[in-house]
Amino acid sequence: MRFVGQRLGFLVLSLWAAATINFVLPRLMPGNPAVLMIGRFKGQLSARALHALKLQFGITHQPLWHQYLIYLGNLVHGNWGLSLTYYPVPVSRIIAESLPWTLGLVGVSTVLSVLIGLALGVYTAWHRGSAWDSILPTMATFTAAIPYFWLGTLLLFVLGYLWHWFPLAHSYSTSLTPSLTWAFILSMLYHALLPALTIVVSSMGGWLLGMRNNMIQTLGEDYVMFGEARGLSDRRLMVHYAARNAILPSMTGFGMAMGFVVGGALLTEIVFSYPGVGYQLLAAVQNEDYPLMQGIFLIIAFSVLMTNFFVEILYGRLDPRTRGGDAQ
Amino acid sequence: MSTPLGSSMTTSQPTYTPKHQPRWQVWMDIVQRDKRPVWGLAILLFFVGLAVFAPIFTPYSPTATAFTPMMGPSARHWLGTTASGQDVWSQFLYGGRISLSVGFASGFIATVLAVALGMLPAYLGGWVDTLMATVTNIMLVIPGLPLLIVITAYVHQAGPLTIAVVIALTGWAWGARILRSQTLTLSRRDFVSASRLAGESRWRVLVAEILPNMLSLVVANLVFATIGAILAEASLEFLGLGNPSAVTWGTMLFWANSGGALLSGAWWWIVPPGLAIALVGLGLALVNFGVDQLSNPRLRLNRVRLPKADKGVTR
Repeated sequence: MRFVGQRLGFLVLSLWAAATINFVLPRLMPGNPAVLMIGRFKGQLSARALHALKLQFGITHQPLWHQYLIYLGNLVHGNWGLSLTYYPVPVSRIIAESLPWTLGLVGVSTVLSVLIGLALGVYTAWHRGSAWDSILPTMATFTAAIPYFWLGTLLLFVLGYLWHWFPLAHSYSTSLTPSLTWAFILSMLYHALLPALTIVVSSMGGWLLGMRNNMIQTLGEDYVMFGEARGLSDRRLMVHYAARNAILPSMTGFGMAMGFVVGGALLTEIVFSYPGVGYQLLAAVQNEDYPLMQGIFLIIAFSVLMTNFFVEILYGRLDPRTRGGDAQ
Repeated sequence: MSTPLGSSMTTSQPTYTPKHQPRWQVWMDIVQRDKRPVWGLAILLFFVGLAVFAPIFTPYSPTATAFTPMMGPSARHWLGTTASGQDVWSQFLYGGRISLSVGFASGFIATVLAVALGMLPAYLGGWVDTLMATVTNIMLVIPGLPLLIVITAYVHQAGPLTIAVVIALTGWAWGARILRSQTLTLSRRDFVSASRLAGESRWRVLVAEILPNMLSLVVANLVFATIGAILAEASLEFLGLGNPSAVTWGTMLFWANSGGALLSGAWWWIVPPGLAIALVGLGLALVNFGVDQLSNPRLRLNRVRLPKADKGVTR
């Protein structure tokens, strides 16, 4: 229980840090960038919206701590300001509409890439020195260094533009209306396939290499050798003795890996015009729509931090050593 | 120092115990058995050479818009031209200059930060360490690219130098965490206690006893921070957050994307910059395979065929 409390404490602390970074950044920049933005939108906004914007970005004579308290209060109440790109739609509504697409895409492709990467890592470590062991890690090293958006562009170019196997954009066929029909679900999956493939290929390498190293370490342990001496089958040794223990250190970096994948997924969405938060982030950046940008940064950070929290709780159940605090 | 478990080589060939070997000889041993670091270095040198000697390899300026737009590769334009009539090959060469400099500079700054913010607090201990460990962990889990995007969006059309600094400022945490835990492990080792008891100053123990033993980790960190920085720079510029008039691999992709290279089939414009980024990343990572084996002897490849009974366990 103390472990859960500790992780919960860290979750709250990191959520607070993300929110505070978000507050401090525009105020820290030389010549508040929001002044320019507000200047650009002056004619198009109502006086009230303009005032709200000024408060949100610190163009006011209120003391900083007062601004900060108001900011935190607004944040908690889901009052994230109005988007300028889609004025006067609230930022929270744009996020609510685009977040499910990103969560679905990132969720499914992360699970796939972790599973495939770990399995290949186990395989190459077990067959150390074989032909696959020299090919797969090198390939993984290469794919890990490929920019997500470039791989996405290439896939789109070859499979979409040249061969017409896949659609060039969007998350479902525009001739359909969103509903729970087979036609719609199939169209959705069909549109998600290439973006998902991009994310899986680009993010799998890290899992493979990490797992391979852990596995080699574990295979050198005495209990594995003892198991082999007892005449256990290869399969049992590989899966139950070595892989099970080697997986644990791989998962410690999950939160960080998640951050990378989400970052890559944003770029992937942009390439495929996939209507998730990444696509909205690009719109926000291009229009210098700072309220929308801030909201998207926060929601991405919050999602990653929450996922990391749950994975760590799960991890704590799997590996008693990480619960450290209890033992002392 | 541990040697590969159960390998019969250690007894028959005592030269393989790294204890009494100078570092360069260990390095030579690794390179002899594993060619990957050599290949990695070759790839890196190739791209660095192309960038440095760009004027030798192309007669055109990367910004000249004097040619027929959207031409495929030809004898005059090896990689064709862009939508605004620039020569892709010379953009590719000159673009490497900024992309590689930003990558290496940013990787270097991030590593210096990681050493300072990871090693020092861990060595000093106390509340400084607790605080820094917490800050590091928070920086680790806050997704880096979205943070980078937000920061560079506030800075209008960030130049390469700004981008390098911002990437380093958001990218030191990974290295700091690894260096921190290694410092904690090393400072409990006997040789460190011994030198402390011998009356060495704290500073000297850190610099002369602990740091040299972490050198391969520091180099590994440099390698990965550089890969990360090159990727991050390209991502930011692809989004149009960099200075679009600077010629880099990232801005090439930005212009290719906004210039409709995809829908006009201009593969010669899209493929080279991305491939170069991926290959440079590969080269750096291949070098790191060698660095890894320096710090972890278990990863070293033994060319000697082991008896079949040893399968899985010893290799």
